[in-house]
Amino acid sequence: MERAARNKTDFDPFKLREDFPILKRRVHGKPLVYLDNAATTQKPNVVIDTLRNFYETHNSNIHRGVHTLSYESTLMYEEAHEKAARLIGAPDWRSIVFTRNATESINLVAYAWGLRNLKKDDEVLITLMEHHSNIVPWQMLRDRIGIRLNYVRVGRSGELDLDGLAGLITERTKLVSVVHASNVLGTINPVKRISDAAHRTGALVLVDAAQSVPHMPVDVSDIGCDFLAASGHKMMGPTGTGFLYGKPELLESMEPFLYGGDMIEKVTMERSTWNEIPWKFEAGTPDIGGAIALGAAVDYITALGLENVAAYEDELLGHALGRLSEHEWIKIYGHGGGERVGVISFNVEGVHPHDVAGVLDEEGIAVRSGHHCAQPLMADLGMDYAVRMSFYLYNTKEEIDLAVEAIKKAKKLFG
Amino acid sequence: MEPDQYEYILDHYKNPRNYGKIEGADASYEEGIPSCGDVVRIDVKLADGVIEDVRFSGTGCAISQASVSILTESVKGKSVGEILSLKDEEMLSALGKPISPVRFKCALLGVKVLKKALLAKIEP
Repeated sequence: MERAARNKTDFDPFKLREDFPILKRRVHGKPLVYLDNAATTQKPNVVIDTLRNFYETHNSNIHRGVHTLSYESTLMYEEAHEKAARLIGAPDWRSIVFTRNATESINLVAYAWGLRNLKKDDEVLITLMEHHSNIVPWQMLRDRIGIRLNYVRVGRSGELDLDGLAGLITERTKLVSVVHASNVLGTINPVKRISDAAHRTGALVLVDAAQSVPHMPVDVSDIGCDFLAASGHKMMGPTGTGFLYGKPELLESMEPFLYGGDMIEKVTMERSTWNEIPWKFEAGTPDIGGAIALGAAVDYITALGLENVAAYEDELLGHALGRLSEHEWIKIYGHGGGERVGVISFNVEGVHPHDVAGVLDEEGIAVRSGHHCAQPLMADLGMDYAVRMSFYLYNTKEEIDLAVEAIKKAKKLFG
Repeated sequence: MEPDQYEYILDHYKNPRNYGKIEGADASYEEGIPSCGDVVRIDVKLADGVIEDVRFSGTGCAISQASVSILTESVKGKSVGEILSLKDEEMLSALGKPISPVRFKCALLGVKVLKKALLAKIEP
């Protein structure tokens, strides 16, 4: 990925903070410092207003009825698909299936493609860096149909073992499913290179882009992946929103994931035929308002420029790594110098991560502590639990300094 | 919480009371909190329906481990019935100072494990 220099006149974090009402909140009497953005992000006024406007002005169900409200809702909902497609460089908006989150997107592929196309002893290759959402669905397929699940290793520096990866792609490999940016280490994986390698033996490629799409330019046409799973709520959209990109011809060839209303073409007592893509995969009334508000989040981040967001978060990350490294009793995991998104996992010597997070909470600072839904990676790196700070475009260096002061307080109290 | 408010909890965290296991315990139970990884095991020795001895072991944050330690100090000599009717508020107030609601599940893990150990004993 190329990181263009930030155009400082266009991107002012202090000014854009005013777009986020929650950032005016106080927690335990202190101004909120929100550093848990890998879990979910805060929402700007434009997203909240779009949600409100939908329910106040247009609310109705989509793809049915001839009345005006239904027509408006349908257009707005379809337009949200177009916005998501443009965001990730997908040429055809019909290749975007709205889901509840990236987890559901991956499950869609596991059930609708994997369960029907994989057979005993076929191999799925994932990495040790995966979130549970990109491990557990494949374990389900292993248990149900006997596929083999292989893992690419991760080095101490926090990079994937790419040489090992090449050796693990065999004639039996039918899918390589890999995380674009790690939610624990921040590592940005070379998904284009991995995709090319997988395609040479005919394997399909799924990219878990939950932590990359909100933070950097991502282009599926450039990566060449067959599927890409993304989260809406991790990029300022409402919770309960996410999407799956799939190559249109692949989606066409797949059977549905969920069955019921809106996904059918025709239903008789005996059988049914399926609606066209993407509706074939969007059974039942979806989160219409949420999807439209996600579209507003896409507009917001596109106007700011994802290259600006990436460059600014890189500045924040550099600042945080510098401040945390001042203390030899802070152990940072897997920041070996390669490209990273704004995520740092660390531990404070002698203090349980929950206790660190507890002290920070008392200072109004939100960080995550725990296993970050990536237990195999954590175990491999020799930590069961860690504290995680993750940044977004509204964070500031001053907030990071406040967090470092609170970490020092935790060390003094518990260490 | 301010530094002095941590003292009681820190003391129990760093010097846990009744730590260990009981050989031939009458009741034992172990449970964790999957989302955060805290684990507590409690062994109980009973005599005529009364807790004669109790030991705990486990790993986790200061709140979870200190809470069990504090709990074990107060249950010896109490009947199974008394323990089973112990209220969550009593456990929380035994910590001396109020803790944040997000940590309640840490603070209440020990009492939950103790009750489950005793329940398993009386209704196997």
